Amino acid sequence: MISARAYGDNGKMKEYHYTGPVEHKFSPYAFNGGTVLAVAGEDFALVASDTRLSEGYSIHSRDSPKCYKLTDTTVIGCSGFHGDCLTLTKIIEARLKMYKHSNNKSMTSGAIAAMLSTILYGKRFFPYYVYNIIGGLDEEGRGAVYSFDPVGSYQRDTYKAGGSASAMLQPLLDNQIGFKNMENVEQLPLTLEKAVQLVKDVFISAAERDVYTGDALKICIITKEGIREEIVPLRKD
Amino acid sequence: MALSNVLEPAVSGFNFENSTRNIVLENGSEEGKIKAPKPMKTGTTIAGVVYKDGVVLGADTRATSEEVVADKMCAKIHYIAPNIYCCGAGTAADTEKTTDMLSSNLTIFSMNSGRNPRVVMAVNILQDMLFRYRGMIGAHLILGGVDCTGSHLYTVGPYGSMDKVPYLAMGSGKLPALGILEDRFKGNMDLEEAKALVSDAIHAGIMSDLGSGNNIDLCVITKEGVDYIRPHRESLYNYKRQAKYKYKPGTTPVLTKTVNQLELVHETVQMMETAGSS
Repeated sequence: MISARAYGDNGKMKEYHYTGPVEHKFSPYAFNGGTVLAVAGEDFALVASDTRLSEGYSIHSRDSPKCYKLTDTTVIGCSGFHGDCLTLTKIIEARLKMYKHSNNKSMTSGAIAAMLSTILYGKRFFPYYVYNIIGGLDEEGRGAVYSFDPVGSYQRDTYKAGGSASAMLQPLLDNQIGFKNMENVEQLPLTLEKAVQLVKDVFISAAERDVYTGDALKICIITKEGIREEIVPLRKD
Repeated sequence: MALSNVLEPAVSGFNFENSTRNIVLENGSEEGKIKAPKPMKTGTTIAGVVYKDGVVLGADTRATSEEVVADKMCAKIHYIAPNIYCCGAGTAADTEKTTDMLSSNLTIFSMNSGRNPRVVMAVNILQDMLFRYRGMIGAHLILGGVDCTGSHLYTVGPYGSMDKVPYLAMGSGKLPALGILEDRFKGNMDLEEAKALVSDAIHAGIMSDLGSGNNIDLCVITKEGVDYIRPHRESLYNYKRQAKYKYKPGTTPVLTKTVNQLELVHETVQMMETAGSS
């Protein structure tokens, strides 16, 4: 393929002039895709993520889940740049061990959330490119979801979607769990079975329309009995 | 504003009047940065193979708009002439319009000369047009057809380059598809073998490339005619939702209601001279 820029108006090739140093930008970040979702119920919490790791139009792995177990009552879901996800979870796990050795007890969900906020803000001027959502049980045994932005702003929610298909999932959750934009509907409290079924349906829809979401869905169900995992296949194309 | 398009004929070629304005808008103040709308690309896998009696063309059916799937069942194999079909990858609007224009030109030629067009003619017309637009038209095309000189398979690139080969793949999924084609292609295959090869090549593209997916379309062109198989292979992934998400009437609040009764005031009948009216 011949570039038109090399030819002048008279049809002959232009003379080569050195234009000076050219700046090539190196980006320290990459976007590896993936979607994470967390739902809090009366006495349970769910953290679900797809397992596809991609870059550009290629797939790196079909089996790379984005939920990481932190304690017996807390799971974190991280999506965004995979390198930063791995480093951030290493740092969180090290800090959890330090806390346990100093204070002789495990960190609670609320404490982990507060700590993560300070860890993220510590790199305010070269952030971790990670969208975090923590799901777990609080001290009273009720479900808790904490959602973060890449620099540490967080709040406690009932449900939250993050990652590449978050814009597709969040409105659906607002409607089905938050009963938004609906009237004359019986507002029943969310049961574990209904929440799991909703999460599966919602990820099937996300995999249909988002290219970065697919392959398989891993759901971590956190109850006072412990953490249980369910794996459901999704579209592989 | 529309009236001005009727009174003055549109200038042909691309109009770059707004390019300085667009640069100012995109690089404006931090808060006011406006992103230009991105055209929908087909992010595709297309392939073609010449076999004993003709040509087999194949394509996936997913059209993406960056990361979102815009169309799950789009048709990428376009009709050019009764004996020539074209697969298109690249910007969706460009492939549609280019192939439409090519098809119209060849129909006029057929009517003028009473002959079926030859595949080389289609290729030359495409090359001319795409070269004239200097690559601004993002159409990566695979043309296949059977004419009086035999079966042919060509590829035309967006800058006007052309290649005549017995097997081809284009689009974002071309590398996995080409892997399958390089492994299993041989000359003078029979129909079932050729269809299986193209179908597997597209399937490789669908599984390995995020821009391709859903179903596989095939088009078999021979001297006798064309067999457009849509879809040849449906996507295996038909996961059913577990719950029904239907809303009862009354879920959306009704704020106001006005009823306009339409009265029949006056009825007239006007005869029109159209061919075929009884």
